[in-house]
Amino acid sequence: MSSRAERGISWMTVNYNKINLRSKLRDSSSSRSVRTPRNDIRLNMPLIQTKNLNKEYCTDEVKTPVLFDIDLEINSGEFVSIMGPSGSGKSTLMHILGFLDRLTSGQYLFESADVTGFDDKKLARIRNEKIGFVFQSFNLLPRTTVLENVKLPLQYRPGLKEKEKNEMAESALKAVGLEHRMNFFSNQLSGGEKQRVAIARALVTDPTLIFADEPTGNLDSKSGLQIMEILDKLNKAGKTIILVTHETNTASFAHRIIALKDGRIVSDRKVDNRNQFNGTLK
Amino acid sequence: MTYKLLLHSSIRALRANRNRTFLTILGIVIGISSVIVIMSVGAGAQSLIFNQMASVGTNMIGILPGYSDEEGPPASVMGVVITTLKAKDAEELKKIKEVTAVAAYVRGVDTAQAQGQKMDITFLGVSADYPRVENAELELGSFFDQAQDKEMARVAVLGYEVWQQLFNGDNPIGAHVKIKNESFDVIGVFEKRGTESFENKDNMILVPLTTAQKLLLGIDHISMIHLLVKSDNDVPAALEQIKSILREEHDIEPGMSDDFTARSAAQGLEALKQVTNALKFFLAGMAAISLIVGGVGIMNIMLVAVNERTREIGLRKAIGATARNVQEQFLIEAVTVTILGGIVGIIFGILTSAMVAGVAKYLGYDWDLVVTMPSILMGVGVSGAVGILFGWYPAKKAAGLEPVEALRHE
Repeated sequence: MSSRAERGISWMTVNYNKINLRSKLRDSSSSRSVRTPRNDIRLNMPLIQTKNLNKEYCTDEVKTPVLFDIDLEINSGEFVSIMGPSGSGKSTLMHILGFLDRLTSGQYLFESADVTGFDDKKLARIRNEKIGFVFQSFNLLPRTTVLENVKLPLQYRPGLKEKEKNEMAESALKAVGLEHRMNFFSNQLSGGEKQRVAIARALVTDPTLIFADEPTGNLDSKSGLQIMEILDKLNKAGKTIILVTHETNTASFAHRIIALKDGRIVSDRKVDNRNQFNGTLK
Repeated sequence: MTYKLLLHSSIRALRANRNRTFLTILGIVIGISSVIVIMSVGAGAQSLIFNQMASVGTNMIGILPGYSDEEGPPASVMGVVITTLKAKDAEELKKIKEVTAVAAYVRGVDTAQAQGQKMDITFLGVSADYPRVENAELELGSFFDQAQDKEMARVAVLGYEVWQQLFNGDNPIGAHVKIKNESFDVIGVFEKRGTESFENKDNMILVPLTTAQKLLLGIDHISMIHLLVKSDNDVPAALEQIKSILREEHDIEPGMSDDFTARSAAQGLEALKQVTNALKFFLAGMAAISLIVGGVGIMNIMLVAVNERTREIGLRKAIGATARNVQEQFLIEAVTVTILGGIVGIIFGILTSAMVAGVAKYLGYDWDLVVTMPSILMGVGVSGAVGILFGWYPAKKAAGLEPVEALRHE
């Protein structure tokens, strides 16, 4: 029996197969309606699809529209940056795509399922199982060890033994190179380390999709670069990454940049000159 | 999240704010400890009273004027004067064959004088059977007899303290004592009897019933009859006969209620227990109000905690916590605080009760330290309930936070 720990350690290499398997399963289950050839589905099935997605905030009978008719498709395995100045609606879009907020009208399909009508409990479960979040301000629990912080998402997953949780958290910490900080308290870490712990926490449930909301915003450039390198690695290992940023330089680590302005998509392009890591940071 | 984990995270959160936690539990500690102390001291006082009453003997029956139901004492206990009971009733009751002794009582207070000394005393007018009924022994001299009672003899038997104070311990037999300006010959002194049922038996002067009625009080009713039956087993039969005799004496029609209350000592004890229990629970209830105050404090602090940790709540929701998970977390935190306060309160309450019992014992009272398991369990239960009750709203508020709003919270 292969332990979860082994599985975790080998994320970087194994997960392609896993995604492959998932695609095949989906393929067979929906074979009636499938018209695309099989090999197209591999790595390219739309993980996220929105149609006419609108969002407005209502406060005291004043309606503030934030997003207008967003049509978007993001496939499994993509590394996408959502860019835009503040107030462009990029964070709101991320929150809706990450099930932290609800859309006002339109449609949102996640793994081809319409999630618009899902109740809070179902959404919580999707967040726990499919999504990992990395925030600008880390959001680690204070006075709590690194290991406990990383284990936190697993605490909301019933049926796991403590030993399994520890193994999963340890391998997630190894993936961000912080296994030696395991028993440190979160406030004893540097900013870069804190963000790596936050990434480990996002990774520990082995999610399909990782949202990073200005992950380098509170970091010096060297630590920021480290974080981007980790995200790049995770993407190479098969994770879909959606990065929200207003920095062009940071956004250029992605394959694709979606630019928002005033709540509308103003451009959606492939990145030709991707920022590459030359190994100096290792 | 498992309860173990929830408990663990609650303790961590509470330790993070030690001072605040301490102040928060203080209200609960005070509330629970006062309830425990009142229950325990109340039970101790009850045991003291009952120990004394039990020494009177269980084959005694008391009759008071005025009707009362099983639940409580008749109005005459509260000081209402009811004149339906007469000395003749006591005489009639002697005819019951199970009855071995009958004593009728009247009472008054005055300042007694003898040999230039004064003393505030209680005087009792009683029948000649009094020493047998009350199981009282004489230190000096003798008690008056039935003939002396009939002929309104001006004789008096002193309590131990009265003797000590008025006669300075000298032989008082043959000396005079003045009550209400009437002079009495001292014919006897009781041995030291102590306090029984809130009554100091040693500062009394006893005179014949008729003398007290006619000479000192100017009344023809009596305030109480005590009688002894042969054995405990005769009590129910005697009570039946007492009732029928007195009803006949008082011309009470069938269907009308009695104008007297006859109870055995055991029944009296039971009635007293109910009265003292009611008092005890009333006081404990008053103390429990401080628990409500403590609970409001808990609610206040929990609301502050929810506000402070809004981002944490947002994060927990973002990584998969359901509203229920969050609610459980804060509820368990509140319950942890209150149960912690409850346990400290129980320990504190027991220590205080033990101190009270120690002091009472030192002062020579027959006082038991009574801390019952139910009162401890009740303390824990009530403090837990306070936690649930007052933690509910803050926990609900935490659970209802939108993840996005919570994450944006500064």
